[in-house]
Amino acid sequence: MNELNLLPLIGIAVVVLGFALRFNPLLVVSIAGLVTGWAVDLDFLTLIGTFGEKFMNARQLASFLLILPVIALCERYGLQQRAKSWIASIKSATTARILSLYFVVRECSAALGLLSLAGHPQTVRPLLAPMALGAATNLHGPLPKHIKDMISAHAAACDNIAVFFGEDIFIAFGAVLLMDAFLKENGIEGIEPLHIGLWAIPTAIAALIVHLFRLARLEAKISQQMQEHTNNQTHTLSEKLS
Amino acid sequence: MSAPVTTHTEASAVLSINNIYLLIGFVVMFLVVKTLQDQGHPKKWTTALFWFLFGSVFLFGDLSIKMFGPSITYQWVGFSVLAIALLAGLGKVSMGSYDMPTDAELEISSNRIGNRLFVPAVMIPIVTVVCTLLLNNINIANIYLFDQRHVTLAALTLACTLALLVGWKITSGSPLLALSESRRLVDSIGWAAILPQMLAMLGGVFIVAQTGTAIQDLVTLFISPDNRFMLVVLYCVGMALFTMIMGNAFAAFPVMTAGIAVPFLIQGHGASPAPLVAIGMYSGYCGTLMTPMAANFNIVPAALLDLKDKYQVIKVQIPTALTLLAINILLMYGVIFND
Repeated sequence: MNELNLLPLIGIAVVVLGFALRFNPLLVVSIAGLVTGWAVDLDFLTLIGTFGEKFMNARQLASFLLILPVIALCERYGLQQRAKSWIASIKSATTARILSLYFVVRECSAALGLLSLAGHPQTVRPLLAPMALGAATNLHGPLPKHIKDMISAHAAACDNIAVFFGEDIFIAFGAVLLMDAFLKENGIEGIEPLHIGLWAIPTAIAALIVHLFRLARLEAKISQQMQEHTNNQTHTLSEKLS
Repeated sequence: MSAPVTTHTEASAVLSINNIYLLIGFVVMFLVVKTLQDQGHPKKWTTALFWFLFGSVFLFGDLSIKMFGPSITYQWVGFSVLAIALLAGLGKVSMGSYDMPTDAELEISSNRIGNRLFVPAVMIPIVTVVCTLLLNNINIANIYLFDQRHVTLAALTLACTLALLVGWKITSGSPLLALSESRRLVDSIGWAAILPQMLAMLGGVFIVAQTGTAIQDLVTLFISPDNRFMLVVLYCVGMALFTMIMGNAFAAFPVMTAGIAVPFLIQGHGASPAPLVAIGMYSGYCGTLMTPMAANFNIVPAALLDLKDKYQVIKVQIPTALTLLAINILLMYGVIFND
């Protein structure tokens, strides 16, 4: 049995602790690197040199900066307003349908790299949640707080899940470039970001199917919870009266 | 550890990776100048210094290697990285002031231009993919259009340039205006723009420190390296759990992949790298959906939407996350092995 040397793992502990204590991630990562180098007895200047070499070798990660001028220009001329009025023009009656449509559009646009088109402050709070709530109110009348919260939470979840599982298809997104840089750094050649993006598609489709299936059942869940709520109310009311 | 490069791939290219880095360097330096000109910027000097240090690595890095050799270059880059981390860590990097048109003006121009506004943005991925597939071998007198080792990035650069020109035609806003406007986006991303690169760097340090070997030793204590299915489960679940602890799949990725995926699955069982890492990262995202550590996605919206239970967004996401994690495990097991 060779001896188990756990000292190189100290950097991981630093990262976990640093993230948990909410220090700035750049600082946490640098300190984790320094501590790891120190733990394995690396000479300081060699360690700094390693920092520099690895940082330079990962420069392709910054290529997303080249996209930003295009997006910024379109935003300067009302891209977000365009997206908002597009979402607002969705005329489908039910909560589930509004959320499903948003999910599909959001996932597809994330796959095209249009991440900043929507988001919690930009679209979920001002548009999606109110529209989903409005549709449910039209159908069931005034909603109690816990059902409102459930629908709003679903609106936020839609945005998260759609973006997460759409964005990795876009080859210039940080995650894809990070994977690409990692493979090259580990001496695994011949993989293009395009391959990685392609292999993100099956899970993206699975996410679409799984979540749309759950949304399809949301409508029934709202009805059921409304029913329980009304029953409870009439129950307490009749108790008070008797 | 640079990989051996055969002579024919060293043929020069118009959009070589070094030229792309120079271009990025110029873009960042342009933003530095714009930051210095911003009179309403609360942390003008330190923010400009932050981006200057970052831009220098792109603009002067390769030149410095040619003139002073790699070891001096890597050291000044290394010290710059520490300074970048320190500036960010002390909260010295912030947003500035930007003269965006008012909402009413944006509304008017959005109605004037209409859906054509989407064209430049949608062009980028489409042109990138088309160029990658069609133009990757184009060369005149052995000078390639695209860097043969970085075809996708070269195609992306070309796509961005074309999109800028099309955007100019559609909006009448010049590429120079586009660059100035991008400062708003870059500043709003802020230090997070550099995080992936820092994590890749940490991954590199882990390789030197043989952290992966330590994880491998740990893994073999619990699982037989011959058991393919359990290795896949361990990698996917490990990505999810580690992401939940750190709140960030990017941070979990280098550690888990170097510790489990590369030695056991790629080297041990000849697994195909592209689907392995793509699905592995997605397993990490399943973790992101289930952790309060990813506050931006899970806790902030709960506050924005005025939810009574601040964990409700997470609770709604858990069923989808767990189902997708299971699907990822089966999918990965099904596609990565070629034999």
